[in-house]
Amino acid sequence: MSRTNKFALAAISVAVAATLAACGKKEEPKKEAAAPAPAAPQEMVVKIGHVGPTSGQIAHLGKDNENGARLAIEDANAKGLTIGGKKVKFELLVEDDAADPKQATTVAQKLVDAKVAGVIGHLNSGTSIPASAIYNTAGIPQITPSATNPKLTAQGFKGVFRTVANDVAQGGAIGTFAVKGMNGKKIALIDDKTAYGVGIADEAEKAIKAAGGNIVIREALANEKEQDFKGVLTKVKAKAPDVIIFGGMDAQAGPMTKQMKALGVKAKFIGGDGMQTGEFIKLGADAAEGAYGTIAGLPKEKMPKGAEFYDRFQKKFNAEVQAYSPFTYDAAMIMVEAIVKAGTTDGAKVIDAIKTNKWTGVAGSYEYDDKGDMKNGAITVFVVKGGKWEAVETIGGAPTAAAPAAAPAPAAAPAPAAAPAKEEKKK
Amino acid sequence: MSIDVLLQQIVNGLVVGSVYALVALGYTMVYGILQLINFAHGEIVMIGALSALFVTNALIAVGVPPALALVVAILAAMIICAIVGVSIERIAYRPLRNAPRLAPLITAIGVSIFLQQVAILVFGRNYFTFPEIISKAPIQIGAITVTMNEIVILITSVALMTGLLWLVNNTKIGTAMRATAENQKVAGLMGIDINKIIAITFAIGSGLGAVAGVMVASNYGQAHYYMGFMLGLKAFTAAVMGGIGNLWGAMVGGLILGLVENVGLIFVRGDYKDIFAFVVLVAVLIFRPQGLIGEKVAERA
Repeated sequence: MSRTNKFALAAISVAVAATLAACGKKEEPKKEAAAPAPAAPQEMVVKIGHVGPTSGQIAHLGKDNENGARLAIEDANAKGLTIGGKKVKFELLVEDDAADPKQATTVAQKLVDAKVAGVIGHLNSGTSIPASAIYNTAGIPQITPSATNPKLTAQGFKGVFRTVANDVAQGGAIGTFAVKGMNGKKIALIDDKTAYGVGIADEAEKAIKAAGGNIVIREALANEKEQDFKGVLTKVKAKAPDVIIFGGMDAQAGPMTKQMKALGVKAKFIGGDGMQTGEFIKLGADAAEGAYGTIAGLPKEKMPKGAEFYDRFQKKFNAEVQAYSPFTYDAAMIMVEAIVKAGTTDGAKVIDAIKTNKWTGVAGSYEYDDKGDMKNGAITVFVVKGGKWEAVETIGGAPTAAAPAAAPAPAAAPAPAAAPAKEEKKK
Repeated sequence: MSIDVLLQQIVNGLVVGSVYALVALGYTMVYGILQLINFAHGEIVMIGALSALFVTNALIAVGVPPALALVVAILAAMIICAIVGVSIERIAYRPLRNAPRLAPLITAIGVSIFLQQVAILVFGRNYFTFPEIISKAPIQIGAITVTMNEIVILITSVALMTGLLWLVNNTKIGTAMRATAENQKVAGLMGIDINKIIAITFAIGSGLGAVAGVMVASNYGQAHYYMGFMLGLKAFTAAVMGGIGNLWGAMVGGLILGLVENVGLIFVRGDYKDIFAFVVLVAVLIFRPQGLIGEKVAERA
């Protein structure tokens, strides 16, 4: 008996060890020098970090973000910016957090130790929140291009910003739209158990109740890596909902629509920006048709330089824009411009510069409140029609949304090919 | 909870469980013969799925009928996976055969990560959609809804498992495999080429893994370089639950794990699905440390 007991114990500990080991994997960080120019005596090197999951389930989105940041840093270097008369060379340090909160704090500390002037990222809310505490302690500004959970900016940290609207706005818009726009009488909510997914579903739940809607079931997936949703969908189907709201990413949302179809679930489907991607349509194929998704920003057509950015991105990386790369580009540009404006890499001054200025990038214009959230962040609802996302309506986002795509963005007269982020004084 | 939901969950559980069982066989066969947990097996499944996907698409592009393309692709995937499996054993595990048991175990984890990274380089990080060759339109049978795809998965896995049992119990190779599992040195003295038998074991396990990979990819309509990780972990759990080293154990463990996961949802919310499954595993191991079907030495292979 003791032998077999020992074996069982060994088996369990091996399983645990394997899980831990597998969770801890990551790619070696790569140093990216955007311009290989030899360091001139008068040159100053400013390091900027970027973190996103470039391995794991949503590596495609992480790479998308990273490319956005890369393009921005390249453009910034091409502009020949100077600080105090010295030429500045920006250097992008990319790190991979594998969408794992534990790994996020490790790489955050690594970037702090590397003395970065600012951080672009992380991609997920679940990783951005723990990492933000580390950047805050070090006094380093952080701009996330895609983490939308309200908790991130509610921690009272001075240097946390985002270039997208938060989930209070987004989840709320989804909930309201499910009741009013989709005529949902019986609504089911499913989340993926991540900070992002739960945030979306929680806010949607509040909005549904406020709009007088009826929630028939609140379910959750085992984790964000789950592939089999039949069990959960069987439970949901038994409640006969007419709308299913999903808080989660495209990697699950796409196959989920397929499994809904296979299981004969007739409900309409809606989710947040995590699934409003080209990948969702690819994965869902014809089952994705008619699904709704929101983005915490303006649609490409309404972005000040959307078409131009999408075009350049495609040419440069030979890949479609997945989701957040325009917002990552803007986040990196804001960081660069704020450093130049502050004339120093001193964290407090850069944070100040981000907060007190108004920024216009390729994806929209940005102005921050005290918490670091966007003022007037726009939410756009899309629907899949003929295998493409089509904008249905934009909620909020006063400054740029009010001005249709045709109207030129303020001070956009010279419009150089490099599409730099323009900035203007607040007053 | 109504009886309709229960029936549907049983069907869901059987489909997932049969895939777990097929993958679990790969773990259990290698364990039986080498006492090594081959953590790279999940990645073999992934490679099977991705290579089948590319072969299918290529064949369909040149005008081969989809059904034939799928069959050819599965065969190709089995061959590719068998080659990868045998190479892993030759390069990574054989030199460590007499090393302390921890060394090959850590190597296995290393091989798993290595294969994932290779898959990123070869296939990329994006998701690939698996063509829908076997219909996934819902078929209503009484209260339950199934798809043709799921029916094919069930039938194929039962057929493969039966075939494997026959091979191990009724053929010369099977006898040699069982002998090697029993005692490598003595089997060697009896004129059995141990290295060849171990290579064959890896080839068969990997081939079954390839089929499981294609099943998963076609059932969920997608394939991705990361798909092998969770599946591998679940299948390993199934193998341990059933009694690792034992073929019947892997099959029973797989089916039970699938059923527990899905039927368990009647009692818990979806986010507790894995917790529920692992609690059952712990309970099984407390009361039956050797697994549900105890390791019968004569049967392990």
